[in-house]
Amino acid sequence: MKVLVALKRVADPDNANKVKIAAGGGAVDTTGLEWKPNPFDEYALEAALRLTENGKAPKLRLGEVVVVTLGPKEVDQTLRAALATGADRAIRVDVTDDQLDGRLVANAIKAIVDAEKPDVVLMGKQAVDGDSNQVGQRVAELLDWPMATFAATIKEEDGALLVGREVDGGVLTLRVKLPAVVTVDLRIVAPLSVLSKVTAAEPGFKYNDGVRFAPLPAIMAAKKKPLDVKTLTDLVPGAALTTRYLKFERPAQRAAGVKVKDVSELVEKLANVAKVI
Amino acid sequence: MANVLVVAELSEDGKLKKSTLSAITFARQALPAIGGALNIVVLGASTGAAAAELASYGAAKIISVEDASFAKYTAEHYAPSVVAAAQGVSLVVATASSFGKDLLPRVAARLDAAFAGDCSGVAAEGGKLVYKRPMFAGNASGFCTLETPIQVATARQSEFTAAEPSGGASPIEKVAKASVGAAAARVEFVGLEAVKSARPELAEAKVVVSGGRGLKEKFKEVMEPLADALGAAIGASRAAVDAGYAPGDFQVGQTGKIVAPQLYVAVGISGAIQHIAGMKSSKVIVAINKDPEAPIFQIADYGLVADMFQAVPALTAELKKRHG
Ligand SMILES: Cc1cc2nc3c(=O)[nH]c(=O)nc-3n(C[C@H](O)[C@H](O)[C@H](O)COP(=O)(O)OP(=O)(O)OC[C@H]3O[C@@H](n4cnc5c(N)ncnc54)[C@H](O)[C@@H]3O)c2cc1C
Ligand SMILES: Nc1ncnc2c1ncn2[C@@H]1O[C@H](COP(=O)(O)O)[C@@H](O)[C@H]1O
Repeated sequence: MKVLVALKRVADPDNANKVKIAAGGGAVDTTGLEWKPNPFDEYALEAALRLTENGKAPKLRLGEVVVVTLGPKEVDQTLRAALATGADRAIRVDVTDDQLDGRLVANAIKAIVDAEKPDVVLMGKQAVDGDSNQVGQRVAELLDWPMATFAATIKEEDGALLVGREVDGGVLTLRVKLPAVVTVDLRIVAPLSVLSKVTAAEPGFKYNDGVRFAPLPAIMAAKKKPLDVKTLTDLVPGAALTTRYLKFERPAQRAAGVKVKDVSELVEKLANVAKVI
Repeated sequence: MANVLVVAELSEDGKLKKSTLSAITFARQALPAIGGALNIVVLGASTGAAAAELASYGAAKIISVEDASFAKYTAEHYAPSVVAAAQGVSLVVATASSFGKDLLPRVAARLDAAFAGDCSGVAAEGGKLVYKRPMFAGNASGFCTLETPIQVATARQSEFTAAEPSGGASPIEKVAKASVGAAAARVEFVGLEAVKSARPELAEAKVVVSGGRGLKEKFKEVMEPLADALGAAIGASRAAVDAGYAPGDFQVGQTGKIVAPQLYVAVGISGAIQHIAGMKSSKVIVAINKDPEAPIFQIADYGLVADMFQAVPALTAELKKRHG
């Protein structure tokens, strides 16, 4: 199986330095924020690796994983880290974040998929900087492929994936015939969330919870793995932004309230001051 | 500019979901700027009752698309018919439920439209719609315009109060399902494992009680009586869900459900930014945590530093006593 994983590098909002708005509100100030792979994309990569290996130690690669990013040169570091955890090749489309919106990202990934012809496109359900949650669905439509968004479980079948999706009312299971697009949710990295035909056939087999870490020799070896750089306008002729951010604001902050000494005081406050019970 | 199209959402049994009414409110706020009329499209295996209900919200027309293949929702079957209904409109909007989040970006791609997801506001500036979106786990609000002839957006349910009917009876136009792409034949609905509950839906509840990882196997034992005493929906932190103490659709937060009830009670939840992003618009926040330094206290109106295994049953008992 060949899997293409889309991976974005984001300024981590969960950071002691806090997200700030530049004076004038023209931009989000990312100075001091830590850059890291979008957590959902790290999970997508872990899922892709699980689908393309014999999970038993020593792990044996059985398929191919190609990681794709759109971003500046610094993101090569993120791609190398992905290669070190087991991905086989990387592609970077050379652009800066301010040259991108969800529509362009999807159009570019579509063009790469046309050339690479993977069986599965795996990606995060959302990038935690923009919280947009659109690229996977767009890519699926552009390709006219079936999709399963918000995946918590993936089970490989003959020519298809059985995907458990986290939806409002519970867990919805879809079967998508390959090739297909799958976007992943948080629970996809639980020990039994992803089963390939090989791992499913191993009684009692399970993964460690979470994503894997690259051993040192793999980090060295990753430096030699192929990393191609492409140009956005080669992939998307006439590429132009159609989402424009005019300004950013810091949302209203809540002030801390009072501490109550016990349950009776809490109930009294809720009933008589807040009047919500 | 032209009309706005709202995409209605139906429940498994074909009833109109209340979430739809938030998208109608969004559309009503956008309409003055673009000067057109409201259209609503409803898709399902049996749409009669929902279409009739939708007819009282002042729409110029209700487009009703009935087809047996719509009994179970899949974007591959729905998107082409939404696209067909969007001919001549300049904005397509749905509520950012898991349905809207799944479907609308797919619709946007087919229309080659720009998309603004999970909007917390919409306003007109200089004849253009400006969409307000929470970003960076709710730490920034971005204001954007979309520069395509047709625009697509989803509305955050907690930020748009449910629309009230405005009377009248919109004409209902029945149309056939639009032809689908190759993808439709390659997706199969297998099943929905629904979490059956008599409690209100998280996104719509007036009171929400959420539990954290520290509750462990006692999650239900501690949280359910409290929820019952308050008529509340139950939520959870990501850590509680990851550990298997609560189902996935309980997760409140940046990447889970966004709630804004009258009263939110956080039990043994530390207050990570991702959690706060999903509940900070609640009217009154109560936090019960044994750690006086827990960040949740920085946003709580009423904080109780206590062991939850004692405090929550005591609170439940006191509430029951009050209600007799
Ligand atoms: C990409 C990403 C997305 C995320 N999305 C979400 C999201 O949508 N929603 C979400 O909630 N989180 C999300 N998180 C996780 C978030 O960062 C936190 O890890 C999580 O919210 C912590 O859950 P918790 O408060 O239950 O656990 P902890 O942080 O471990 O806190 C447990 C708390 O319980 C208290 N406690 C323990 N025992 C007792 C007791 N006996 N009595 C009273 N108090 C007690 C402790 O003092 C502590 O404050 C996300 C993280 C990432 C990386
Ligand atoms: N610049 C990018 N480079 C690579 N992948 C991206 C990029 N932007 C978004 N994606 C992918 O699309 C998913 C959804 O992102 P979004 O729709 O922006 O929330 C992410 O989890 C990534 O997998």
